[in-house]
Amino acid sequence: MKVVLQNLTKKFPNRNKKVQEDVVAVNDFTFEIPDGKLIGLLGPSGCGKSTTLSLICGLQKPTSGKIFFGDDDVTELPPENRGVGMVFQNYALYPHLTVKQNILFPLENLKGKDRLTKDQMLEKAHQIAKLVQIDELMERKPSELSGGQQQRVAIARALVKMPRVLLLDEPLSNLDARLRLQTREEIRRIQRETGITTIFVTHDQEEAMSISDQIVVMKAGVVQQIGRPQDVYNSPVNLFVAKFLGTPPINVFDGRVSGGRLYIGNDCVMDVGGVSDQDVTVGIRPEGFVLCENGPLCCKLSGVEVMGRDISIVSTNTSSLNPTIRSIISAENEVAPDAEIVRFTLKPNKVFLFSKADEARISFGG
Amino acid sequence: MENNNRKAWLYLLPAILFMGLFMVYPLVDVFIYSFEEGYNSASQTFFGTGLYNYSYVLHDPYFLQAVKNTFILVIITVPLSTGIALLISVGLSSIKPLRNLYQTVYFLPYVTNTLAVGLVFMILFKKTAYSDGLVNLLINLFGGSSVDFIDGPYWAKMFVLCFYTIWVVMPFKILILTSALASVNQDYYNAARVDGTSKLRIFTKITLPMISPMIFYLVITGFIGAFKAYSDAVALFGTNLNAAGMNTIVGYVYDMLYGDSGGYPSYASAAAIILFAIVLTITVINLLVSKKHVHY
Repeated sequence: MKVVLQNLTKKFPNRNKKVQEDVVAVNDFTFEIPDGKLIGLLGPSGCGKSTTLSLICGLQKPTSGKIFFGDDDVTELPPENRGVGMVFQNYALYPHLTVKQNILFPLENLKGKDRLTKDQMLEKAHQIAKLVQIDELMERKPSELSGGQQQRVAIARALVKMPRVLLLDEPLSNLDARLRLQTREEIRRIQRETGITTIFVTHDQEEAMSISDQIVVMKAGVVQQIGRPQDVYNSPVNLFVAKFLGTPPINVFDGRVSGGRLYIGNDCVMDVGGVSDQDVTVGIRPEGFVLCENGPLCCKLSGVEVMGRDISIVSTNTSSLNPTIRSIISAENEVAPDAEIVRFTLKPNKVFLFSKADEARISFGG
Repeated sequence: MENNNRKAWLYLLPAILFMGLFMVYPLVDVFIYSFEEGYNSASQTFFGTGLYNYSYVLHDPYFLQAVKNTFILVIITVPLSTGIALLISVGLSSIKPLRNLYQTVYFLPYVTNTLAVGLVFMILFKKTAYSDGLVNLLINLFGGSSVDFIDGPYWAKMFVLCFYTIWVVMPFKILILTSALASVNQDYYNAARVDGTSKLRIFTKITLPMISPMIFYLVITGFIGAFKAYSDAVALFGTNLNAAGMNTIVGYVYDMLYGDSGGYPSYASAAAIILFAIVLTITVINLLVSKKHVHY
């Protein structure tokens, strides 16, 4: 089931009564989610991603704009008639019911011709429990489960009625780091096996990048960029997206373009064809640095961290907008630990220029 | 370790002294009196020991009347007041505008002076030389004939007593239940809504189990409170409850100690112990039932 959002806008009245202006949580969101894909809504807290999810779910009504599931306009439908499954951030498992009763709950709500017999319900519940691998835990209460198991029960409960769209609100935020890795693979697997269009919300870019077919990066209610994770990473449309994606984060410098050349401080670091002379913000991915004895970019070395496969060079530069520059290079390179300075050349496809005025990306022809 | 233990006892001492002096000692004393025939608190003498006090009390028609009254009161008021309070609380929590106003209105009886409340009930129910009372006016309006609620037939008096009791205990129950309802995580309701759960099913399958500990608390304290009812009856029917046939067990105990038939601490003690046994039994039954139905 494809999901279409058309000029979706949600405004909340301002809490501060003196300010008449409404708070715009989601601003003019237009996007078509293809059938059977896993979409990550990504952004810092307060950017409107959870509100977007609530709008799709139907728990909140949009101020303007429309939502379609396939060809059905569901904008005015209450959540129960939309055919959505929702996994809440805290899972919202009913604590007084067993795992089995929790999973059966949505089925028991069905009425009329949709209603299954007791045996059919049980069979469905068992099928879904098998899928998320909790069929051993059916008689337990939620309080007797670990966080990861509760998560699976919540997913099973959302899936059991075969929703048209599955929504996950920060599905991994309550899990510890190791479980998070495991569970996100699990979510991916379950999504692939069921083929249900799935939308999940996260503030963790790594999480979104690793399992999504497409990511939507949001900031202050406005969609910044939509695309495949790698595409968004490789060509961010603005400084915000560039900064938000990637660990370690992108290194940002004050720079200047003059005569088709890019200067950081006084170092002329590379040619940027086709860019008019102006001050720019320069973003360089950590993997965009190449150690080179007489490279153009000169930084003061402050430390070297060896991380097995890679080494991470921590250095400083007066033009850097971050306190330190972190560059990741292959461990085959050797850095003398007592060296005062390091010199780099830059990989052009890992360097992004952004306008000082509106932070939009300025493309250059290598 | 030894030192720590001594310190612990030292810190506990005020509480232990207080409880021992004003709770444990009197309780034990009452228990002893209840077996001492004709105990006289002035001369500290008694004739003999045995179960005579219990036998007397259990054969005293006034006591039997009091037990009957108390049980009727308990059985009617506890479920009704809890049920109505639950309905009002659910109503309160599902409306947005004026919620605070209603909450205040429902809480008013709790902070109102008992005498003022008594006056209100007088106006509502009492038949005087000048007026039949508001309720009687209403009954007349619908073609019924006046009923004397204060000095009239037993059922009318019992009705007033139950009405009064329910009205008095309601605010506290509403207060407890509204806060219990407010503490249920909204996500449960959202999850239920997304799954298409009907309103009734949300109430019976989610709301009720979630607030069941609070309901249980109200039922237990309600039972205990209703068994100890006394002042309400006095406020409505005056101090001579035996004559009015509206005495309660606690009222009987009080009368045996200080009332017109006063000066019988042994009988009073026996009645008090019987009351204690009844309350204990009911509470134990409550606890057993709750184990099955209350979710924590």
